[in-house]
Amino acid sequence: MKKLVLFSIGLLFIFVALWQCKTKSAASAGSEDAAQKAYVAPGTYDEFYNFVSGGFNGQISVYGLPSGRLIKIIPAFSVFPENGYGFSEETKAMLNTSHGWLPWDDQHHISLSMTNGEQDGRWMFGNANNTPRIARVDLTTFRTMEILEIPNSAGNHSSPFLTQNTEYVVAGTRFSIPLGEKQDVSIESYKDNFNGTLSFVSVNPESGRLKLAFQVLMPGMDFDLARGGKGPSADWFFFSCYNSERANSLLEVNASQNDKDFIIAVNWKKAEEYARAGKGVKRKARYAHNIYDEKTHTATTTWEDETLVLDPAELKDFVYLMPCPKSPHGCDVDPTGKFIAASGKLAAVIPVFSFDKMLKAIADRNYDGDYQGLPVLKYDAVLHGEVQKPGLGPLHTEFDANGNAYTSMFVSSEIVKWNVQSLQVLDRVPTYYSIGHLCVPGGDTRKPWGKYVIAYNKITKDRFLPTGPELTQSAQLYDISGDKMKLILDFPTIGEPHYANAIPADQIKSKSVKIYKLEENNHPYVAKGEGQAKVVRAGNKIHVYMTAIRSHLTPDNIEGVRMGDEVYFHVTNLEQDWDVPHGFTIKGSTNAEILVMPGETQTLVWKPDQVGVIPFYCSDFCSALHQEMQGYIRISPAGSNVPLRFWSGDAPQVQ
Amino acid sequence: MKTLYGAFFLLLFSLAACGGGDKSGGNTPPPPEAASPEAQMLAEGKGVGEVKNVELKTPLEAERIDRGKAIYEMKCSSCHKLDDKKFVGPGWKGVTQNRKPEWIMNMITNVDIMLDKDEEAQKLLQLCLTRMPNQNVSIGDARDVLEFMRANDGEK
Repeated sequence: MKKLVLFSIGLLFIFVALWQCKTKSAASAGSEDAAQKAYVAPGTYDEFYNFVSGGFNGQISVYGLPSGRLIKIIPAFSVFPENGYGFSEETKAMLNTSHGWLPWDDQHHISLSMTNGEQDGRWMFGNANNTPRIARVDLTTFRTMEILEIPNSAGNHSSPFLTQNTEYVVAGTRFSIPLGEKQDVSIESYKDNFNGTLSFVSVNPESGRLKLAFQVLMPGMDFDLARGGKGPSADWFFFSCYNSERANSLLEVNASQNDKDFIIAVNWKKAEEYARAGKGVKRKARYAHNIYDEKTHTATTTWEDETLVLDPAELKDFVYLMPCPKSPHGCDVDPTGKFIAASGKLAAVIPVFSFDKMLKAIADRNYDGDYQGLPVLKYDAVLHGEVQKPGLGPLHTEFDANGNAYTSMFVSSEIVKWNVQSLQVLDRVPTYYSIGHLCVPGGDTRKPWGKYVIAYNKITKDRFLPTGPELTQSAQLYDISGDKMKLILDFPTIGEPHYANAIPADQIKSKSVKIYKLEENNHPYVAKGEGQAKVVRAGNKIHVYMTAIRSHLTPDNIEGVRMGDEVYFHVTNLEQDWDVPHGFTIKGSTNAEILVMPGETQTLVWKPDQVGVIPFYCSDFCSALHQEMQGYIRISPAGSNVPLRFWSGDAPQVQ
Repeated sequence: MKTLYGAFFLLLFSLAACGGGDKSGGNTPPPPEAASPEAQMLAEGKGVGEVKNVELKTPLEAERIDRGKAIYEMKCSSCHKLDDKKFVGPGWKGVTQNRKPEWIMNMITNVDIMLDKDEEAQKLLQLCLTRMPNQNVSIGDARDVLEFMRANDGEK
């Protein structure tokens, strides 16, 4: 009997142990209904577009949420062999800078355009961090339409953040550099010769066209991140800075000496008044402004030659400094526009500043001295309060619609949820691993959509199948609809994701362009119909006006081209139906292929390197007879008298 | 035995490739009632689409012909020639005598549905084996193309 009891107890123990095992493994995979929450059935759409910066790949990727499916890569500051961006003659100019043609940059942050502080789904802006630039992407075509270079800047990190009606997109320099007449100065003379700038680029409300409106001259230090005010604080912009020590070497140690750096409050309305009143100083500066014309399908570069610089130490009353503990990084304004959460990377607290208190401190001239001629407000006078013991290494904060904030903690690898009013920590959840930026849909606007928070991690380690030393980058999706944050999905990302925005799909999908209208194609080498297909010699340049339609290229036989010639294949896609691109490439091409959307014209340049008959073909599987979509070009020796002829089918025409 | 399997798969493939008249797809609406306007149009040889009734004028409208020709050259001539020979698609010679004007205009403006529902369109697909693309031609433009076709067929 005793044995039986023991046996039964043993059995029970095993059952309980097994049951616990089961629940535990389910918990470590996320919440129990995780799969269902992130599931988007085949053939159905995601609820949100998630626009994610690509970091060192220089591109912007687009995911659907909650599925985490990658649906688009938008090249901005890097060439993109997949669709010929930066390789086609039409797009090369997008990458022009005062330093020449740059095929790469480091893309860190993006911002979706806003009207009255709410997402409007019109444009997306992206920054180039290395060689300072701002790109504007049109959300009807998901294409980079414009890139403006920022002069007097180095390391465009606090960018491309927006004012609440997209009046301005900002570009704060990370590095301070010599900005005087004399550029060849000793690095040791940092404190005397180096300055930073906070640039305000205006955005035309109709066309989106960018213009460098003015640059605020700042003392030499490092500028990090920024946010526009909203609602009551809409006239202000806030920038974080570090290295108030003004060190020029070993910043890891030397820029971590001061107990406090600053959050810089810029009254951009006032700065705008100064600029309009001609109070600034005009300076010579050469910088590129690249614009893609949707009708000619071609980018052109305009060279700008001047900027307007405003010195706040002279002009007064539009720049104030708020002391902020220990090298602040993120500087995020809550949906009410009343609070600014600043994250001192090395601080043990998250200070939250009060906009109302800031205004009062300014009115009362409640200063704690000045920094390089700029008034410093008293910390206690502008502080709403500090979030105590939030975790280690706070970086960035996003908000939901219920008065809560979500801060990423890099060192302790977690997201911490806290209440903006009470400053109480409400919840914390681990991330895998070392979270950098995070995103709540609409979480940087006056109208957060909430529902999810996405973590963009800096380290992936063991989360996916190993792929050698170099691993995928990754993001994680958490459900924040309840009191507790719940991990529901891991998804890999391309490049290194920094900042991201998410927007309800309904705000964008119905406006998506399906084709370019042939009637509106004003490309100088368009062939609007096969009747206009032709081959024209201009000196040693051969212009092929080629058409593509399922499933042939016209002309597909070309003769009379000689060594030493340069052949421009201008391919017009005659299709007028959605999702019927054609590609084009030729043997020995030193360039990428080009991908031509319906109704579009794109150009591939090819320089023959041998005498013979060289094949070309459509490089995008377009139809059942795609393999038939091919042709030949005959290359004769230099000086040959083979006549220029071209045809498709029979009846060669002699020119 | 292998060949038998091969033949079987080929058969399956060709059935699937027929596609056009497929009624099993989840998105296909139930077949129209016998007396529905759509069925009536199909029965009358007008095809299916927004074009229900076309009034033709004689003599031909010269302006329409010119506009129709321009559209033909830009969007149609890659595949349709003006004689009666098949190129990618059928030659246009005689089309206005063989088809009702409504059928022609619906084929131009509503080609995907036509290929799904209209028997004559499906016969042409089996003949040409390339689905006619939607070239995004408006109904007004299609009317101009029709006028150009009439001129091509020798109408005055």
